[in-house]
Amino acid sequence: MSSVTPTSRSWYKRNEIALTPWLFLLPAMLFFAVYVIIPIGQSFWISFHQWDGLGEKTYLGTANYERLLGIGDQNIDRKFETSFWNNLKWLALYLLAVPAGLFIALFLNQTVRGIRLYKSLFFFPFVISQVVVGLVFSWFYLPREGLLNAILGVFGAGPVNILGDPTLATYGIIAAGLWPQTAYCMILYLTGLNAVDPEQVEAARLDGAKGYKMLWYIILPQLKPATFIAFVVTIIGALRSFDLISVMTNGGPFGSTRVLSFYMFEESLSEFGFRMGYGSAIAVVLFFIMLGFIGYFLYAMWRDEKGAR
Amino acid sequence: MFPTPIAKKSRGYQRTYQAVLPFALILWLLPLIAVAMFSIKPAADFANGNYWGWPSSFEGFTNYGKVFLESNMPRYLLNSMFITIPTVLGAVALSSMAGFALGIYKFKGNLFIFFMFIAGNFVPFQILMVPVRDLTINMGMYDSIQGLVLFHIAFQTGFCTLFMRNFIRALPFPLIEAARVEGVAEWRIFFYVVLPLMKPALAALAVLIFTFIWNDYFWAVVLTQGPSAQPVTAGITEFNSQFRAAYHLMSAGSIVAALPPVAMFFLMQKHFIAGLTLGAVK
Repeated sequence: MSSVTPTSRSWYKRNEIALTPWLFLLPAMLFFAVYVIIPIGQSFWISFHQWDGLGEKTYLGTANYERLLGIGDQNIDRKFETSFWNNLKWLALYLLAVPAGLFIALFLNQTVRGIRLYKSLFFFPFVISQVVVGLVFSWFYLPREGLLNAILGVFGAGPVNILGDPTLATYGIIAAGLWPQTAYCMILYLTGLNAVDPEQVEAARLDGAKGYKMLWYIILPQLKPATFIAFVVTIIGALRSFDLISVMTNGGPFGSTRVLSFYMFEESLSEFGFRMGYGSAIAVVLFFIMLGFIGYFLYAMWRDEKGAR
Repeated sequence: MFPTPIAKKSRGYQRTYQAVLPFALILWLLPLIAVAMFSIKPAADFANGNYWGWPSSFEGFTNYGKVFLESNMPRYLLNSMFITIPTVLGAVALSSMAGFALGIYKFKGNLFIFFMFIAGNFVPFQILMVPVRDLTINMGMYDSIQGLVLFHIAFQTGFCTLFMRNFIRALPFPLIEAARVEGVAEWRIFFYVVLPLMKPALAALAVLIFTFIWNDYFWAVVLTQGPSAQPVTAGITEFNSQFRAAYHLMSAGSIVAALPPVAMFFLMQKHFIAGLTLGAVK
């Protein structure tokens, strides 16, 4: 016994620096592989099948994708088309949170009494769950009881039923989503503004720069890291939008507020029988859209990594 | 400092700023104020069409009392706690270990594994939904708190590892070298050298993950059903159908559901913000 222990110990000792990282990584990698990495592959696999979630899977080849995108002699899935365009609307309009957040951050970046409390209260909407934000806004929009129409009434504008109108509903939901997202961008910029080099600002001021010129040439370049993260979280947030739609309209009216993430959920766990194969095909399409952005983010981070060495 | 500090501007400008500030805040929080207002009104006000006038009587205690005594709300809140707290502990534990491995050691595949964690963290939930639901059912954990916790730990590990690794990387490396020279075992370096220095990162992640998990809705709907395991975000839909069109009670219910992360935020604001900026904006 006593002769075995030292040798096995010394083997571990000799390889300690090489082994330790793997031992430390093991639990995290295991969890992550089982719940994230492998399921991505499985979703691809399922998307080539017809499956109700319980019985046998029937292999269909690319039939799900053909139906979805309207390849061959069939029309494109209308629901998919609506969802896709809504996703683009989300993406474009959600990005307004970035300049809006910058604007509020500039407005609040002062040192007056109580400003800290103001900053936290402005940030408040981000901490609330999207479900509650959705409820709050759907009550805010109510045609009869809602505050929005009460305010419009003061100005003599007629009542609008935003969530009941297929042309307006998506915009109403995006507006609700912009509320917490702007708060998030604001806090990113507030922390960024804190780190702006005061000497550079003073030097630029002596050179006569002020207002927009100062903002554009001196401040914004220094806020680049904040802007990058603001873009990342906003784009991901836009493509992940699900909670608000589910709570506020449940895809309606007449399916006009569906986005890909919602349509996928609806198909997979549909009340007319689970269509998990078709749902997975939608998820794969969404995944590829996201992958474009993820690839870019990773590339940007990788560049920074290389630069840091 | 940019914009120019207000103290350097004229008095009139200062006055205007300080007057605009509260006004802007009220405008910003208007939808929330409206809900808070609803939640203390008596039911009669809604029947009489007094939606936006002053409450005819203060019914805050009655309304909130009803939320706690006549609905499943306490149960949902408790479920949320039982889901959130183990997830926070699990994700923080796994990711501080993984962050240590990725931040301190140089080995082949280090950057690849790190980027795997980051990429996985950005993936749309929907691509995981069907297999994860299936896996949870097969493990007999559908509609259970454990099922949700296991998934949440795994998914949050991606984000947490990103954060932890960057934090550990910024620690002074000579400290670790010194410990190695002293002959301290590697696992001891983790526990006695690195972990104590990670306290701010641990706090930041803990509050952040608490908020994320508390506010999760998608996975709650996918992996649970009914009051036995559902967290409050999913339970509130059932609550709202119980009190259909009773806006005073629904408002009170949503405020109760939203409160724990809000309290967490106000208590640990500094850490929360450090976490949100991913430690990248210092």
